[in-house]
Amino acid sequence: MWFTSGFAHGVHPPESKELTAQLPIRRMAYPKEIVLPLRQHAGKPATLCVKVGDRVERGDKVGEADGYISVPIHSSAAGKVVDVDWWPHPDGTMAMAVRILVDPYAPQIPRPRMVPHWEGLSVDEVVQAVQDAGVVGLGGAGFPTHVKLAPPKDFPIHTLIINGAECEPYLTSDHRTMAEYPKRVHFGIRVMMQTLGVSKAVIGVERNKPDAIEALTRTIPTDLDITILPLTVKYPQGAEKMLIHAVTGHEVASGKLPVSAGVVVQNVGSAAAIAEVFETGLPLIERIVTVTGHGLTRPANLIVPVGTKLRDLLDQCGGLTADAAQVIAGGPMMGLAQANLDAPITKGTTGIVVLARQETRTERVYPCIHCGRCLDACPVFLNPSLLGDLARVGRYDEMTDAHLSDCMLCGSCSYVCPSNIPLSQLFQVSKAGLRRAQASAP
Amino acid sequence: MSTPLVVTASPHLKDRDSTPRIMWHVVLSLLPVIAVAGFSFGISALLVIAATTIGALVTERGFGRGDTLGDGSAVITGILLGLCLPAGLPLWMAVLGGIFGVGFGKLVFGGLGQNVFNPALIGRAFLQAAFPVAITTWPAAGQSFWTLRGDTFAFPFTSAQTDALTEATPLGLHKFEGTLTPLRELILGTTGGSLGETAALVILAGGAYLAWRGYLNWRIPVSVLLSTALLATVMHTVDPTHPDAWFMLFSGGLMLGAVYMATDMVTSPVTNTGRWIFGAGIGVLVVVIRLWGGLPEGVMYAILLMNALVPFINRMTQPRVFGTRRRVPG
Repeated sequence: MWFTSGFAHGVHPPESKELTAQLPIRRMAYPKEIVLPLRQHAGKPATLCVKVGDRVERGDKVGEADGYISVPIHSSAAGKVVDVDWWPHPDGTMAMAVRILVDPYAPQIPRPRMVPHWEGLSVDEVVQAVQDAGVVGLGGAGFPTHVKLAPPKDFPIHTLIINGAECEPYLTSDHRTMAEYPKRVHFGIRVMMQTLGVSKAVIGVERNKPDAIEALTRTIPTDLDITILPLTVKYPQGAEKMLIHAVTGHEVASGKLPVSAGVVVQNVGSAAAIAEVFETGLPLIERIVTVTGHGLTRPANLIVPVGTKLRDLLDQCGGLTADAAQVIAGGPMMGLAQANLDAPITKGTTGIVVLARQETRTERVYPCIHCGRCLDACPVFLNPSLLGDLARVGRYDEMTDAHLSDCMLCGSCSYVCPSNIPLSQLFQVSKAGLRRAQASAP
Repeated sequence: MSTPLVVTASPHLKDRDSTPRIMWHVVLSLLPVIAVAGFSFGISALLVIAATTIGALVTERGFGRGDTLGDGSAVITGILLGLCLPAGLPLWMAVLGGIFGVGFGKLVFGGLGQNVFNPALIGRAFLQAAFPVAITTWPAAGQSFWTLRGDTFAFPFTSAQTDALTEATPLGLHKFEGTLTPLRELILGTTGGSLGETAALVILAGGAYLAWRGYLNWRIPVSVLLSTALLATVMHTVDPTHPDAWFMLFSGGLMLGAVYMATDMVTSPVTNTGRWIFGAGIGVLVVVIRLWGGLPEGVMYAILLMNALVPFINRMTQPRVFGTRRRVPG
């Protein structure tokens, strides 16, 4: 049981998970208004299918999937469409969004819908049902889940890996999901295993969540080959390639997808969301969000309707403290600092972290002293020091040779840099610069 | 929301270590070494260290890129340079060494992080070339604290009037007279030599502290000392007139060089494999220069030569990228 797996390198930021790790999941009260961006997932944004003035019930579609790598968007509350316009998105941009005035007197009961009896469904029908329910990866990236349930036929899949590492500091939404709804997680895994045609599943959980490991182990269905694998507590243990390495001992080849290693990785929250689809017929309209941080009055793990504005969510947690300085959507290592609290919670928002003034980094940048700490931190064994030097002078083609494309922007190098060089940010800018250069190339 | 929100790029958390913190911890760990130098060589030792440090700081402030005194690197250069000089050195030479070390060893390359060679050793190399006699006039240990060990206050550019008690270093004694100093005297530091040559145990303790804090990569000193000891043992076995490993380890500037000079992050490799190679190279060169070179001591040149190889070592030892079989082209 106490054999653990991990990966080389990585960093150990303070976990700060104790703020919410033992708080049971609660349901938050409905806000007065919700805002549903049509782009909440990787792939094409959904296409609008309501108009201003329409009445929607909880679970009704407001946007249709546009093609295969896309999912529909559903209303998370009953109410009236009051506006369709550009609205601040938590990724820092503006996105077309549907604003719905929540009906305060509605019982918020979804329209009666058929709960698909999944055992009788074909693979294609399950995939279709998952797409129709708008399920995406709940770990942050928001890749449509159904696409990963139907991998190309020329890649035989042998293992389904469920990501319960939750290596980002502060966040506990996956932790609470596993500890409180282990059966739902297992049911989601059952559906996915059958759809993928695999006989083996592994749930990777960092060792700092013993109650989650215990709950999952206790509830493993007897007819399924599911292993709970305790993982080393280390950031970024939950990165897809790190997790696959920990579980299978193999490195996914540079530039290749996990299916090339015969595995499919799904987030533990996505497993629970799939279970919910086939248990209740409800699409993905709410998610578990950790609202936490030393700049917040009452941290909590909440079931939040998708589309809730950050402002309303923070108010429900007692509001910000006097020394609150930074509001981050996602974890503090890879999440995005928010400039506008009107931005809504989307399907991919794992948590909202409010950092206090003394936690924010506004230090002076010193020259690189070639200490090599970034090399020892990089989980994919790049040379961030060298890449940083190249990035500052814009030599993007040489950065490509130095495997910039393998950088997943985990931020470990920036975290350890004693000279406070914003390496991760430089790489993000360089990647964008490279994309622009490639787009303008003939 | 009354106060404005801070918006920065991720990651939003940062390890507490910073470059100035590392540098000032190095300075802190050098304080006991300075104290031992003062104990062995009296007030002259402290004056020499003060002079090199002032020279380094003035140059950093005057010709550096703005306010860079706070990063602490010039202080380190000054102290380390002082520690590899004899106590009786006229102070004007020491100041000049500090100026040269920081100016030509660091600032001409673009300041902190850009230099190829260890600035303190550049300063020492300059002094060795310019004032070969003064820098090899070793005052004897064990005089009273207030005794000046040489023509400390000589007017710049006059020839020094030395009538102080002097003594050859253990390495010099071995090279030119063929006598071996007992190990006990070497370890206790009751011999002649540079300020930092006689404090081996304190230097090791300082290095251990820095390594424990993660401010010094232990691989480099371990590699230097191991390779020196190994090669010295081999040579001693081949020809017993060569000194044995213990003498090699505890004589001259090897400890100071291995722990404080070779580990300068700026001028040492960034990869762990590279650090082993770098240290081993220094150890081999030290033994070769000491046994066959024209000078009794070789630590300075060994480190400077290996400094020059660092870009090459980095290039050859780049990590293998995850999911590939190839190394990043350095």
